[in-house]
Amino acid sequence: MSSATALSWFARHEIRLAWREWLGMITAGRKGRKRTAIIGLIVFAAIMHLPAYAVIGRFADLEAPLDKSSLIVITATILLAWALMLSQTIESVTRVFYARADLDLIMSSPVRLANVFSVRIAAIALSVIAMALLLSTPFVDVLVFGGGIRWFSAFGVVIAIGLSAAAIAIAVTIVLFRLIGPRRTRLVAQILAAVIGAGFVIALQIAAILSYGTLSRFAVLTSDAAASFAPGSESVVWWPARAALGDGEALLCLLAFGFVLLGTVMAMFSPRFADTATSVSASATPALQGPRTKAFRAGSRQQALLWKEFVLLRRDPWLVSQSLMQLLYLVPPALLLWRSFADSSAALVLVTPVIVMAAGQLAGGLAWLTISGEDAPDLVATVPLPVSRVTRAKIEVVLIAIAVIFAPLVLALALASPLQAAATASGVIIAAASATAIQLWFRVQARRSQFRRRQTSSRLATFAEAFSSIGWAATAVLALALPIAGLISGLLTAGIVAATWKISPRRE
Amino acid sequence: MPKLAKLDCPDIMKSEESALQVRGLTKRFDRLAVDALDLNVRSGEFYALLGPNGAGKTTTLRMVAGLLRPDAGSVSVLGIDALADPVAAKQITAWVSDEPMIYDKLTPLEYLEFVAGLWGIDPKFSEPSARHLLVSLGLEPHLHERCEGFSKGMRQKVALAGALVHDPRLIILDEPLTGLDAVSARHVKGLLGDRVRSGCTVIMTTHILEVAERMADRIGVIAAGRLVAEGTLTELRQQNGHNDTSLEDMFIALVDTEAAAA
Repeated sequence: MSSATALSWFARHEIRLAWREWLGMITAGRKGRKRTAIIGLIVFAAIMHLPAYAVIGRFADLEAPLDKSSLIVITATILLAWALMLSQTIESVTRVFYARADLDLIMSSPVRLANVFSVRIAAIALSVIAMALLLSTPFVDVLVFGGGIRWFSAFGVVIAIGLSAAAIAIAVTIVLFRLIGPRRTRLVAQILAAVIGAGFVIALQIAAILSYGTLSRFAVLTSDAAASFAPGSESVVWWPARAALGDGEALLCLLAFGFVLLGTVMAMFSPRFADTATSVSASATPALQGPRTKAFRAGSRQQALLWKEFVLLRRDPWLVSQSLMQLLYLVPPALLLWRSFADSSAALVLVTPVIVMAAGQLAGGLAWLTISGEDAPDLVATVPLPVSRVTRAKIEVVLIAIAVIFAPLVLALALASPLQAAATASGVIIAAASATAIQLWFRVQARRSQFRRRQTSSRLATFAEAFSSIGWAATAVLALALPIAGLISGLLTAGIVAATWKISPRRE
Repeated sequence: MPKLAKLDCPDIMKSEESALQVRGLTKRFDRLAVDALDLNVRSGEFYALLGPNGAGKTTTLRMVAGLLRPDAGSVSVLGIDALADPVAAKQITAWVSDEPMIYDKLTPLEYLEFVAGLWGIDPKFSEPSARHLLVSLGLEPHLHERCEGFSKGMRQKVALAGALVHDPRLIILDEPLTGLDAVSARHVKGLLGDRVRSGCTVIMTTHILEVAERMADRIGVIAAGRLVAEGTLTELRQQNGHNDTSLEDMFIALVDTEAAAA
């Protein structure tokens, strides 16, 4: 087989794997659900046009030349998309190194590894760009319908920023390997991915709080201060915004830059990709010492289960980072709480939904870890305890963790506004309980190391968990501002949770 | 199909009390995995369950251990109806699967502490027992190391120690010697032999026929979810009509006959 044939064959193989992985994610790996999943996806994409219209519809008429504020807002939005793609690509690259499903096979085959890894790098870029195109389609559609076909160039911008995000992610990950070694890179890269994804929004929110006492990031972007700091309208900084608006020259430059950057990274790093993969597979897990057990603890069987869950959580910094990363989003409301403490600002009410939503999301993650992510399922299933007591112990772990994390925030809030604190506490409890219940109804058997891919087990559970958290967050804040609306929101959210239970797989 | 060998075994001094009595056990997945299986294992017996891949051995044992609910049939563990009172049956049973499932972030000693806690064993008894088990399995240098760096054999030994720490009366092992080196396999065999001598019952699936030949009091051969032969090695040979036949030859002949009948 010639080198070119081998490469195209390997590219087809990569695309087939990516397609099946994606399909497995959509269908949760169940046979016979392909059609349903595709119909569901089309319906979902159609529905997504509504929020897309609400968010972006008013910008469809924008035309060059734009004022600085508009340029800043569009550029910041593109930068946010780029940060999210960068975050996603860092994760994909890390997965390629650590999921050794086929690395041994590839590396023992008589093909030139640099070529094979070039294809793999291209496949990573392609999959990230494909996903970004899919997600951006409703937004671009809205712009095209409202403002004309010139907005199609936004797809080109998505491709261009996808290329550059993939290039930077690959370079960053391989440099990390060289600097801190394969073991630490896994943890650092995952944290980096999460911080990059969330950091941009959080930074804008923090700036908005410190400058304007609000959580709205647009307050900063549209401010006079931002406009005065921004470069002139001909600056290269605005190319992405201009390209999105239909400037063909800017778009071509962006695309060329993306391709050149990715090509350079592939040429530079493909040979090292192989070395890096080898060093990961060769690095044996060092013997980590646990504490010297002095004496076995006495206690009930449930206490033994609780102890195990807490020890496992505490000793896995990667898992802790993955689940607690959501708490990054609590930094802005905590800051707002601190800033508004003295003058009990009206902006303080925004703290409630953020806290409630974070509690729901964190509870969902922790519940997956304790309920589904059981590394010794046979042992737990053969324990001489009723299943209900094992489950109860696992749920207790989640609720205790949530209480420990959120009680200080609620207490601080109680000093500023007892009523709001009560509403927030209720929201936290109900959101955490709902997310835990959803994880319980949709529990699957998985290893804890599969935490990042928990959403693939059930898309329905993922959406239900997200809608439940959002619903309870809205209910809590509406209950404070407009009790009737709060009641309606609460009933709707309870309806979502009840419907989720109704369609969940029946459990014994 | 060959007839089942008779169950009398005068050369073995075992209690006639049943440690495990399975009647009409049936389980269907996409196809019938276990087909109205009857099985009787006497107390204090070392029983080896053999069969080709996909014969239904693991499914049978998982139902006995309470990990799978049978579609039909009954399971009695030392007189306890395991389907009606699974908690009581689990209290005296241990299960070790072929894929050692332990917690990477715990040390072997912590793992055994956890297992003993789940079975409600007084730490006064479980701690010395845990240390003794781990030492006798050659894990003394690793007592305080987290299991994440362990080889498959070491993990298998930790899982086995975990299964024995609560002093079960019925030990069910699915391919326990897979991945073990010769020294470790001898450790494990010695440990299981000791348990049987002290009155414990061991049921084990294995593909290593030499182990079944040397250790088992009785051997059951399962194919297509049914027990196609059972007895001591001598009885199986008599049944096969050749007194000098190896277990491997008999096993292949039995499985081939069953496949041809199917």
